[in-house]
Amino acid sequence: MTQNATDPQTLAASQPAEESGSARARVSATRLLRTLLRNGKAVAGLSILLAFIILALLAPALFPGDPSRITSAGASAPSMEHWLGTTSKGQDVLGLTLWGARSSLFVGFAAGILSTIVGVLVGLSGAYFGRGLDEVLSLVTNVFLLVPGLPLLVILAAFMPPGLGTVIVVLMITGWAGSARVMRSQAMSIRGKDYVAAALVSGERPLRIMVREMLPNMASVVMTTLLGCIIGSIGAQAGLEFLGLGDVNTISWGTNLFWATSDGSLMLGQWWIFVPSGLAIALVAFALALCNYAVDEITNPRLRRPKHATKSTAATTVVRKEEK
Amino acid sequence: MSFLLRRLGFYLLAFWASITLNFLLPRLMPGDPVTRMLSRSQQRLEPQQVEALRTLMGVDGGPIIPEYFGYLSRVLTGDFGMSISRFPTPVSEVIASQLPWTLLLGLTSLIFAVILGNLLGILAAWRRGGFLDSVAPPLLVFIGSFPYFWLAMGALYIFGINMGVAPMRHAFSVGLVPGFNLEFILDVAAHLVLPALTIVLVSLGGWMLGMRNTMIATNSEDYILMAEAKGLRPHRIMLNYAARNAMLPSVTSMGMSIGFIVGGALLTEVVFAYPGVGYQLLGAVQGLDYPLMQGMFLTITAAVLIANFLVDLVYVRLDPRVRKG
Repeated sequence: MTQNATDPQTLAASQPAEESGSARARVSATRLLRTLLRNGKAVAGLSILLAFIILALLAPALFPGDPSRITSAGASAPSMEHWLGTTSKGQDVLGLTLWGARSSLFVGFAAGILSTIVGVLVGLSGAYFGRGLDEVLSLVTNVFLLVPGLPLLVILAAFMPPGLGTVIVVLMITGWAGSARVMRSQAMSIRGKDYVAAALVSGERPLRIMVREMLPNMASVVMTTLLGCIIGSIGAQAGLEFLGLGDVNTISWGTNLFWATSDGSLMLGQWWIFVPSGLAIALVAFALALCNYAVDEITNPRLRRPKHATKSTAATTVVRKEEK
Repeated sequence: MSFLLRRLGFYLLAFWASITLNFLLPRLMPGDPVTRMLSRSQQRLEPQQVEALRTLMGVDGGPIIPEYFGYLSRVLTGDFGMSISRFPTPVSEVIASQLPWTLLLGLTSLIFAVILGNLLGILAAWRRGGFLDSVAPPLLVFIGSFPYFWLAMGALYIFGINMGVAPMRHAFSVGLVPGFNLEFILDVAAHLVLPALTIVLVSLGGWMLGMRNTMIATNSEDYILMAEAKGLRPHRIMLNYAARNAMLPSVTSMGMSIGFIVGGALLTEVVFAYPGVGYQLLGAVQGLDYPLMQGMFLTITAAVLIANFLVDLVYVRLDPRVRKG
């Protein structure tokens, strides 16, 4: 389906290569964005995400000062003064959650973007050069895919010096393989297209062909992979910090949950301490997943609901056949 | 047969890579993990023990190649060194006592999630736009967005602490003697319900959507149309024609997700104080027990690789094409 959608653009590749690459990328990116804004799932997902990003940015203004300072007696239930109550140490839970969004979102997005970049590089070069390099890269990818993520995360995080940078690097090491695999299979199908052969014959350098000719035609796959990687990174970061392997002095949703358990608030029935951070993780992951499904639906018309399908002539035949 | 041999070779390679990573990690990192460990931990160790630790982790500056082969042979004979947090006990013994519980929890949840998720996916795809198809996916995706351990905390809070209907911790009641009798098995099952349920809930959505999307693609194949034209009963078409062919990607992703489920199970165990590898992992992290962490990593990796090989065996049964290839 994706190939069909990009076919008209391949015609444009015969234009002078200087501009067509970036112009094509811009056209498909804006088109994708415009279709995204017409999709209910995408709008819902993007709104939730935006709300969290704004709250995270506003955290220093809403809760000035050190959010982990003690502002009241320990473990008070939600009240007018502390909307989400306080932890057993007496810190304001709402403040911790808002401040936690900063590091959680930053690490999640940074690690997600980095793993996607590594995945794109590995997948593209494997598919482009083929043969020996492809075999080696595929092998390494498959090994990393198979090795269980969390235990690997744990030993990596345990041996590296603690800190935010370590968490990002560790998440990248464990997260790139999945995207590399998807990228490779997508790039393989593009590698055989005529316009890649044309670029080869006209003597373009490999890097240029990969980045300017092949990558723009993989935009939607890169997008879904990126979203998936960010979801994975946010979840994995929370798990890592929940085990106490992050930097327990930075405030993030994962460390909030770590302190909630180590202070025993779960056993004491203090639900307001552990609910907000977990809910925040879930909402962000859900928002990203919504965007992901929206991109999927846009690029794969078969997955659209029958009622939408009437809009596009291409999909009607498929859907009618299924409706019988 | 050659397919299976190739896979087996690949798994051995993957295992070798994990061992090598395990060997190299302490040596590549800046600083000396033993010193860091001792400065962070409160416990006192005898000088000989410190020396033994250095040798074990290979930071005593010996030549790297012979050490590597020494490490390889030790690992392959199941010798992961001594645990620090439970000092004189060998790591392999600590893990051996806990691995069965993790396998029980992980496998139970995996089987339930796979069967339930695939069935839901089949039904949703069969009735496109129906109740199940419109309600279940968004709901399950939302539930699936929660971290495993957080959902576990919530379930423990609601069912264990507030309602008091579920056991709160451990794999069986204190005072019960493990044995192969009905009372013990029922008790273990009762302790398993909540942890397994949370893992199933989180992973259900992925299975269902995966199956649904493949089923939708399969439903538009010509042989489905043909089966309908022949007047076969819808049930038969759905299960024997569509689902059977849509099953294959699901089986492949089952292999992939075993590692993921194990990771989720580890965190869930921490919440429920379930005496599996994950619960011990927390102890290892808190006690800065590097040998135990490394041993766990290798054991879990080995378990996941073996599980993947079993999935391959199933795959060969299901897809005749790989048998020939």
